[in-house]
Amino acid sequence: METPEPVFKIKNLNFYYGPVLALSQISMDISPNLITALIGPSGCGKSTFLRCLNRMNDTIPGTLVEGQIILKGKDIYREDVDLANLRQKVGMVFQKPNPFPQSVFDNVAFGPRVVGLTRDKSELQIIVERSLRQAALWEEVKDHLYENALSFSLGEQQRLCIARLLAVQPEVILMDEPASALDPIATLHIEELMVELKKNYTIIIVTHNMQQAARVSDFTGFFWLGELVEFSPTVKMFTRPERQLSEDYITGKMG
Amino acid sequence: MFHGIRSTLDREFDEVRSELMGMSVLVDTAIDHSMVALMQRNTKLADEVIKGDTDINKYRFNLEEACLTLIATQQPTASDLREIIAILYMIVEMERMGDYAAGIAKTVILMEEEPLLKTFKKIFKMADISRHMLADSIQAYMKRDPVWARDIASRDNEIDEVYKIVFQRLIKIMAKEHDMVTRCTYLMWCSHNLERIADRVVNITEQIIFMTTGMLKEFE
Repeated sequence: METPEPVFKIKNLNFYYGPVLALSQISMDISPNLITALIGPSGCGKSTFLRCLNRMNDTIPGTLVEGQIILKGKDIYREDVDLANLRQKVGMVFQKPNPFPQSVFDNVAFGPRVVGLTRDKSELQIIVERSLRQAALWEEVKDHLYENALSFSLGEQQRLCIARLLAVQPEVILMDEPASALDPIATLHIEELMVELKKNYTIIIVTHNMQQAARVSDFTGFFWLGELVEFSPTVKMFTRPERQLSEDYITGKMG
Repeated sequence: MFHGIRSTLDREFDEVRSELMGMSVLVDTAIDHSMVALMQRNTKLADEVIKGDTDINKYRFNLEEACLTLIATQQPTASDLREIIAILYMIVEMERMGDYAAGIAKTVILMEEEPLLKTFKKIFKMADISRHMLADSIQAYMKRDPVWARDIASRDNEIDEVYKIVFQRLIKIMAKEHDMVTRCTYLMWCSHNLERIADRVVNITEQIIFMTTGMLKEFE
């Protein structure tokens, strides 16, 4: 079977918070239409790594990036990269659902309006419905499109945030602990949604929840003290990990 | 109703179940062919059964791998967990049944031109009952029916009865006619294998009861 061209190629990535080396020599390829999970204890660098992928760390003063992150052939840290465009292509979902205190419709229409995808009302309606359907939320909210987004449950709010992101047609979805604020059933809904979304998008998820990584992902990267200790197919990672450190972490012998 | 929000688990379970069905068909065919080979003194068919045992073993290892993956990645719980454990046992039982069928096939090759005996009819009956028990146990598994499983297990008595008759007859013949000893011994091996196959089906029914009710119970 031919291996598809990776969406992201990360080569020898170092990341510094001031003098502190937070990520050291990370190299990995992210395959398209798969879910890649990043696991590891708090402070291991997995979220920092995720935030490097759409340059969210740029806003933190004193940070420095070395090495290369190549998105479909282009280094995203080159000076001529348009950040708004990058973040449209590489969207992010956060731990806590963060819808705008506006209507469901306006939340989803926000992106297309801002990036100038369209301002046409009927076109926007089409995008909003499509995005909400993709986020498996349409049936629940179709009769409440003009109600305040904050009046919905946390699980629904998180799926709304995903719909908001889908509306600008990203290629990659970064998820930073997307279900950790949710109850188990809402969590399973998000996981189901991820499996559905990977047909059209590439997903990278940071999770504290190893079982979640095992359930949803195709590849798992284990981070430890700023290093990528092991990057393996998820089945392998959870049945026959290559490194003793991964084994110890996964079996709960340390960490 | 939460059904359907774990589609990966459901899908992987369906794959495992259908592989298990595939394995049971292969095992049933092996038993059938070993008996046909015995009846027809068909060493070519016997050879196929022996070679085919490798495929049955492959099924077992593939299924074990699939169960391992399912446990490690999908974290099945309650009835799902019991089912996976049951499957792990069931495939070992079926793999052993395949070995018994191959054992009968090996006997066919050893027997060469040695003619059969009248008692063969009873041995064929044993094969018939065990095959029905196996097919029914797989159905009872798919239908999750513990009552049916218990009923299938009770049919082991029938096999034991026939086995007893076969055994006694063969002993009688051997005692009377010494040139029949080889032939009778071979047939005794075959009938013993069939009796063991039925015992393995009983083990499967115990797993069905565990899976559906949570009770671990050994049938007499």
